[in-house]
Amino acid sequence: MRAKRVTFRHRWLPYALIAPQILITIVFFLWPASQAIYQSLLRQDAFGLRTEFVGLKNFARLFADPLYLDSFITTILFSTLVTALSMLTALILAVMADRVLRGSLTYRTLLIWPYAVAPAVAGVLWWFLFNPTIGIIAYALDGLGYDWNHYVSGSDAMALIVIAAAWRQVSYNFLFFLAGLQAIPRSLTEAAAIDGAGPVKRFLTIQLPLLSPTVFFLLVVNLVYAFFETFGVVHATTSGGPGNATNILVYKVWRDAFEGLNLGSSAAQSVVLMVIVIALTAIQFRYIERRVEY
Amino acid sequence: MKSHTSIAALAASLAFAASPVLAQTEINFWHAMGGALGEKVEEIATDFNEMQDEFKVVPTYKGNYTENMTAAIAAFRAGEQPHIVQVFEVGTATMMAAQGAVKPVYGVMGNADIDWDADAYLPAVKSYYTTPEGQLLSLPFNSSTPVMWYNKDMLDAAGVEEVPQTWDDMFAAAEKLKANGADCAFSFGWQSWVMLENYLAWHDEPIGTQQNGFAGLDTEFVFNESTDLTELLQRIADSQADGMFKYGGRRGDSLPLFTTGECAMWMNSSAYYAGISEQAEFEFGQAMLPVNTAVRDEAQNSIIGGATLWVLEGHDDAEYQGVAEFFNYMSTPEVQADWHQSSGYVPITTAAYELSKEQGFYDENPGTDTAIKQLSLNEPTENSRGIRFGNFVQIRDIINEELEALWAGDQTANEALDNAADRGNDLLREFQDTNS
Repeated sequence: MRAKRVTFRHRWLPYALIAPQILITIVFFLWPASQAIYQSLLRQDAFGLRTEFVGLKNFARLFADPLYLDSFITTILFSTLVTALSMLTALILAVMADRVLRGSLTYRTLLIWPYAVAPAVAGVLWWFLFNPTIGIIAYALDGLGYDWNHYVSGSDAMALIVIAAAWRQVSYNFLFFLAGLQAIPRSLTEAAAIDGAGPVKRFLTIQLPLLSPTVFFLLVVNLVYAFFETFGVVHATTSGGPGNATNILVYKVWRDAFEGLNLGSSAAQSVVLMVIVIALTAIQFRYIERRVEY
Repeated sequence: MKSHTSIAALAASLAFAASPVLAQTEINFWHAMGGALGEKVEEIATDFNEMQDEFKVVPTYKGNYTENMTAAIAAFRAGEQPHIVQVFEVGTATMMAAQGAVKPVYGVMGNADIDWDADAYLPAVKSYYTTPEGQLLSLPFNSSTPVMWYNKDMLDAAGVEEVPQTWDDMFAAAEKLKANGADCAFSFGWQSWVMLENYLAWHDEPIGTQQNGFAGLDTEFVFNESTDLTELLQRIADSQADGMFKYGGRRGDSLPLFTTGECAMWMNSSAYYAGISEQAEFEFGQAMLPVNTAVRDEAQNSIIGGATLWVLEGHDDAEYQGVAEFFNYMSTPEVQADWHQSSGYVPITTAAYELSKEQGFYDENPGTDTAIKQLSLNEPTENSRGIRFGNFVQIRDIINEELEALWAGDQTANEALDNAADRGNDLLREFQDTNS
């Protein structure tokens, strides 16, 4: 298949057309990113009165700190769990909503609702539900014989932030999965049904492969979400505790900069995160997207 | 054209309406007092503005303590800083080290044309914020100290006749409460402040070298060398198995444990007065923190928390005159007594304390003077004056993390304190390198 080619008569027109995008990239990405790199090489007091160039010292300190490495493992576990939980739940809901004929609009509206809730608000909501003293879910778990206390138990705290972070993302994933499912021609599934394929087989052999571009797209979006946009959830529920059980990288960056006022270290952490997301995206588009069935 | 003339007219009328205000010198005051406390701050500023017409104080709520401090620092870096900023006690070392950004209060007051007596402030409050020479760096405003809140109904039901005064009493009372079917005997919040910083000051033991950081930046933590603290923390951790102690999270997260009647005793700030009296449906009281008789028989004095007002550099002399007059007004016995009685913070001047006594506030609200009694129990020593460590916001997080690992049973009290001291010392060295 040949790509479409558009020929511009004026030499400058194509540049002018992409100029706004380039400008936005410079202002909102390249410039702040270069500032972060510059800041990561400095040691500076909070007010910016004394600045000293320290080279890679901030990075050396970070990687010598076993807790920073722990934070890495915590983040990988957290992102995997959030992505898996939110995508699976959304897929199941989307498949079910796709079959519903009557009242489907109501179901859809209700399922999309949580996305409108800010992460910090979602965090507070789950904090209340799971509060060991006043939370209704903690009370129910207690009735079932499980003594829920995310203030002491690290795994309880991890479960809490995973649920709180995934809950909101389910709506987003649901939207894309539903749109993807509805774009699959009915004739394909109907033909399979006539040939005697059951609903599960139809889903696994026809719908899921055709949905793979959506799955791939959501995988990237959800990983990026779990890595970068979840500090509000963590801040409102566990503050990174107990111990360091939920101190994910993005929360540590935020806390060191905005609570600890340790700008050099925080900038170094941001640079590490930036490298991770660039690598993640590059690897996925380079090697995984090729295998996606379109 | 018509719209243009009306806009011009509007602009002219606005300019006219604003002209008396423009004649006044504006003083910007960024604070972290939300809700009812914020309204009270507004009220103080309005009263001051109405009292004279030279200055106009404009208070702005900028979020919690950390957010307010970060906002002010960011504003300073951008050259848009307010005149006055409220900073919590653990930010003291950062503010103090910011020479060139901060104007010491003793200087502001000294240069201004007013009569001001630095000795009017309570020693325990003042000493936290002074130079080694005893000069006041920031203006005390809202100070609190940890006290022990107790549920009288639960203690009575369990047959605990006297509110525990020592840690031995605490555990004895806990046994009784447990025998009576209580879910939990005691809990606490802000654990670094209550169980470490205040415990050590209360028993006249050092938290770090160099007079707890007051005498220099080359300070090191020694709290892990206190065998009585280590033993006590271990004993508390062990008592979880019997359901005597329950950990309920950082800061004030464990408040519901107390207000719902799950835990009978709760150690945390005196400033929870408003919250507790609103929520608790039982008879409650405040008592002094328990003493560990293995170390000493009588307590020394507790140390404060809360915040003070710092003055930032970069404004005209005339404006600093306004700041000084506003500070002077805020420190008057009437304003301070009113603030203390409505908020639960301690009165910052001796005169305000005396005035509250005269007004009969403590007779009507028994126990509300516990905090100030604790603070003025004895003349502060080097160990009980307060703390001044750099990077202390982060260090408190470290202490939280290590203690949580103790409560979870992942390490012993000894390991928790050693790890906290080691990791804290690293941050002290970093602060020392940055600021010297």
